[in-house]
Formats: sequence, C-alpha cells, structure tokens
Amino acid sequence: MSQILRAALVIARRDFSAVIFSKTFILFLLGPLFPVVIGMAFGGLGEKITTESLRPTVGLAMAADDAARMEHAHDMLAARVGAANLPRLQRAPPSDPRSLLTRPDTRFIAIVSGTIDKPVLTGKAGDLAMLEGDINLLASAAVAGEQLPHVRVAKQLVTASAGAEAQSRLLTGRAAQVLIFLLTMLLAGMVLSNLVEEKTNKVIEILAAAVPIDSVFLGKLIAMLGMSFVGIAFWGAGVVFGVRIFAGPDIAPPTPAVGWPIFLLLGGIYFTMAYALLGSLFLGIGAQAATVREVQTLNMPVTMAQMGVFFFATYAVDHMGSAPEIAAILFPFSSPFAMIARAAQDAALWPHIVAIIWQAIWVAAIIRLGVGLFRRHVLKSGQGSSRKLFRRRSAPAS
Amino acid sequence: MIRNNPAPSSAYAVEGHALVKTFGKFRAVDGIDIAVPAGSIYGILGPNGAGKTTLLRTLLGIIDPDEGHRRLLGDDVPLRQARAIGYLPEERGLYPSMKAAEAIAFMGALRGLPIKVGRERARAMLTEHGMGASVDKPIRQLSKGMAQTVQLFGTIVHEPKLIVLDEPFSGLDAINQGKLETLIRDQARRGVTILFSTHVIAHAERLCERIAIVAGGQIRFEGSVSEARDKLRPQVRLRTRASDGSWRRALPAETLAADGAWHFDLPDEGIEPLLRALLDGQAGIESLSIERPGLHDAFVSIAGAAAARQMQGAEEELAG
Repeated sequence: MSQILRAALVIARRDFSAVIFSKTFILFLLGPLFPVVIGMAFGGLGEKITTESLRPTVGLAMAADDAARMEHAHDMLAARVGAANLPRLQRAPPSDPRSLLTRPDTRFIAIVSGTIDKPVLTGKAGDLAMLEGDINLLASAAVAGEQLPHVRVAKQLVTASAGAEAQSRLLTGRAAQVLIFLLTMLLAGMVLSNLVEEKTNKVIEILAAAVPIDSVFLGKLIAMLGMSFVGIAFWGAGVVFGVRIFAGPDIAPPTPAVGWPIFLLLGGIYFTMAYALLGSLFLGIGAQAATVREVQTLNMPVTMAQMGVFFFATYAVDHMGSAPEIAAILFPFSSPFAMIARAAQDAALWPHIVAIIWQAIWVAAIIRLGVGLFRRHVLKSGQGSSRKLFRRRSAPAS
Repeated sequence: MIRNNPAPSSAYAVEGHALVKTFGKFRAVDGIDIAVPAGSIYGILGPNGAGKTTLLRTLLGIIDPDEGHRRLLGDDVPLRQARAIGYLPEERGLYPSMKAAEAIAFMGALRGLPIKVGRERARAMLTEHGMGASVDKPIRQLSKGMAQTVQLFGTIVHEPKLIVLDEPFSGLDAINQGKLETLIRDQARRGVTILFSTHVIAHAERLCERIAIVAGGQIRFEGSVSEARDKLRPQVRLRTRASDGSWRRALPAETLAADGAWHFDLPDEGIEPLLRALLDGQAGIESLSIERPGLHDAFVSIAGAAAARQMQGAEEELAG
C-alpha cells in the first residue's frame, strides 16, 4: 500500500505541477466566471423580458371613465402586490372585442369590455383561465375605488420558526448539491482525457514498468483533486470577498442542521468523494480511449450520466427518509449529493460516517475495476486480451 | 527450441520459465525459458515480430504471462524490485513540456529515488555528457537524439542493478550508438546486469557475453556468442591454379564453386589431409583461408534465412 501511495504522490506531483504552472491554468481559474457572467447577463435580460415584454397585455375596450377607474385600481394594487404580478392594462378602441383580437397589429391577448360592474373578458380559453382572477380583482378594486379597505397586519416577532428553518435548510442543501455538482462536472471531463497524454507520449510504458497501475490512477485523481482545491480556494475567497462587498459583513446564511463547521467539513469530504467516484469511473473509461477524438465522443454520454445522477439526488432532497432518498444514498454516484443535502436538514452524524465508508469502498472498487480493464485492454495483460473495447489493434509483438 | 532450467536465483538476475503470451490466436511468446546471469550483458536477437518486446514486457511485469512464471532479481513480483530495475522501452516516452533534468528526476522518483537527489544526479549526468545547456530546456526543444539520451539517463539515474533496454540503438546515429555502447560497458563494469533486445547483430556481437536468438516467439539458441558461432564449422576458401585433377576427390562432397574459389566446411579430420592431397595432386594452391563464421552466419543457420534477411534489411536501414 505504501508503495502504491508513494508512487501515486510522485505522479500526482508531476500532474499537479504540469497543470498549475501551465499558462492555461489561469483559464481554469477564470472558467467558472464565464457561466456566472453569462447567467447574470441572461438572468437580467430574462427578468426584463418577464417583467416587461412577457407580461400579458389586456385591452380595455370600455367607456373612458370605466377604463380610468380600472387603471387607477391597477396602480393601487400594483403598489401592494407588485406590477409584475398583474397583467398590463392598455386602452383599446371601443369596438367589438372579437374584431379587436383578430386585427393583425393587435398586442392584446384579451379584451375587457362592458362596465366595471359587469365586465366581460374576451379571449382564448387558456388566457381567460389565466386572467379571470386578476380581472375580477381589478374590477372589484375599481368598483371600490378609494373605499377599497386596507387592513394592516400586526407583526409579532419570534426568534425561531421551524417551518422557515426547514425551508432555509432545504435551500442550503440544494445550494451545496449544486455547488458540488458543478465542481465535479468541471473536473470529471478533464479526468476523462487524463491518461490520453501518457498514451500519446508513450510514457505509459515507463509508468507501467515502474509502478502499479493503481498508483497511476490514484496519482491522477489526487492531482486533479489538488488542482480543484486550488480552484475552490480561489473561487471561495472571491465569493467571500464579493459577499462582504455587496451584502455587508452582517449577512447570516441559514445554518444547516449539523452546524456550519461540520457542514463545511462534510461538504469538502463529499466533494472529494463525488469527485473520486465519478473521477475514477471516468478515468477508467477514458483510459480505454486511444485518442482525444475517442475521449470527445465519450464526453456527451458521460455528461448526460452526470446530469441524471444529479437530478436523482436533487429529487431525493425533497423526500427525506423516503425510498428515493435512501436509494440515492445507497447508489454510490448520487450518495455524496444526497448526503450533503441530508447534512443540511438532519443533525445526525452517524449516517455520514457510514456513507463516507460506503463511498470510499466504491472508490477503491472502481479504481480496481478501471485498473483491471486498463491492464487487460490497453496493456493487453492477462488472458482473453484479444477483445478490445474500442478498436481492434494488431498484436504488439516486438 | 532450447529449454534450459534456470539455476538458483542468486546466479541469475532474470529468469523466465515456460513463458507463454498470446494475443488472440497469435502466440507472441511461445514457451520461452530464459536465464540471464547476474552481472552479464545479455542480448536478445531476433527480427521484428519475433516476440522480443513482448518477452521483455512479460519479464518486467508490464503484462502477465498466460502461462509460466518469471523472477526478476529473485522476486516473483517484478514491481517489488522496481527500485533496482531500469527500463528503456522501445517506444520512447517523455512529457514534452517537462524540463530535461526534471524528466530524469521524475523517472528516478518513480523508482524510489528522492526527487532532490534525482535532480542533482540529472544535472551532473547531463553536464558530464555535454548537455549542460539543456538541463532546464523542455523536452520538446531537444533534438531526437538528445531526448533519447535524457530518457536513457532517466533509466539509470537511480543506479539500478538490472537495466533492460528494448532496441536501445534504434533511432540513434553512429556517434550516439558508440556512446551508448560505451555506457552499457561502463554499467556492466559496475556489476550491473544488462539485458537488451536488438535486431542489429553487430551490436550483440560486440557487446554481449550471452545471447538468445528469438524467432516465432521461441528461443532458437541460448548461449555465448562464441558458442553460437561454433554452431557452424569454420569455412575453407581455396583458390587453385588447376581446375581439375585427382586432388578434387579430396574436397568434401558439399563443396561449392563461386567467385573463382572453392568453398566448403572444414573437414572433421582437419586441414592437414586435405593440404597433403592438394600438394600431391598438384592443385597449385593460390590461396587458402580458414574463416570462423560470424554471428550473422550463425544467426542464418539458427533462425533461418528469412529471419536473417529481415535482420539484414533492418541493419541496412539503420546504417542508411
């Protein structure tokens, strides 16, 4: 074991140095910023589209006085519940609502005609169903006018709310899941192509002659993990700095059930486990590929598989103690995601000890499987080595 | 096929017994027995495809044999002796972005040499061999010959007891081939066992104390170069002024006439009765030479003419 670990560290050191001191590492560090920037840009745009353009516009084909009262009611309600939650109102020429809706230049999805006492809503069935309640409310407010009662609620402050806490813990669990998933997804693709370098450069023969293949696999996983921790430290510092700047020092995120120190520790462990599980699997799969092209072909199904695992674990978060959650905990690849969500919602620690041992066993088993396949199919060691996973190669006699 | 049962392990650095390795239906190594004496320079000769590389990879533990067993430095598990072994594979492999000294130190570290010691030795080796300016150069900036030298240094930086070289002369120019021969002899003088494969007979003839001739996945001969050459009888080459006479009856039945001379194996009874018959029969001896066969002739005799032609082609290609 010590020989395997020693050799693994030699290989990890080489890989880690090769990546950290490469010019492209800066791109690796800045990489996560791209989706954030794009997300912010599209998020802002999406919000604008949602609030401005996609809000349904309802035409008011009513007498001017009624239309004015409807608009006044709209303004009063918008001040209380927000304009985004109400349809936009726009005056329409007082004519037949049906003909208004058939005009090619119309922007209305429905027309309110009649009077505020007896408003008539004209539109397609789906739109009527969607708008009926809002128009009822607006018409009622218009009828009430300034007499619309405004009941004020009395506020009673409590320091703890089990429901709110459960909700915030659920959110914390989800956030941790997403974070771990994004990190592992970023790294797993890189692991997939990790051994291609050695095969392309013919270094694999030197490694295979000098150290157990287990060390090669383990070393590569350790190197990538080390690299990811550099990234996490960098990104984490950036996030803390950003939060301090934009949200102020007094921000208090919802406390997970196990408490922040243990939650962060478990987060680190489960990230390591999620990465080691998926990484060892992808390393094993990628090791079978002879060329970068083959690795690229593998990328799509691998990403899809990751997404599937993630959605499975996400579903389990909402169903604590249910059969799907237990299945997500037992299935090794979704186990870290399910367990970090559990840490956010449940204070018990012993399930984590059991889960970590369970996951570690699977990591070892997957590495062994990957090594066995590598020796058999790539190094062509052992019996029955004539069957190749990806291609047929000529027998490598001198 | 020659089968020699390996003697107790202390005398042999490398032992393989009844080794078989197949790829599908192809038997790349077909029941090979081999024993490399500790401290010797041992060559494995054979044409391309003979099974040399597969044999070396099997002995080193890179691949497992389908049948048979192997021992390296007395250990059934070759990887356990990795610190005492240096291996230069046929397909040279280095990380292009690694610096020369770092690459050597890395190869040493893989075999247990502390990285700092490896770096110091690497710098010393490169400087000693006139490559001091390349110490901190990435491999991709080195010439092919220099990169091969770096890899060779990486093979020996941890001072192994056994060095295994697969086609070490391949791709080297004449000067570097000479340097490599010198390095191999130097290592052997230090008591290191050298096992190398080659398809260039001249290198084996100059360097090896013992050789194995491999063809078709089997060892056709195992022994010293001298023993291989002794497989053939010395060749007599005779030129006479007379073309016929009673003396012709004294020539062996298999005598060939070519290039104006008679060619035949030295008779069992020696040269004297033949000389007497030539003189008595007034053959008019112009010249008579007795030549000991070279390793190439022995190889032709042992491995077959087809294998020899392939080897010769490869040698000419290398020389060209």
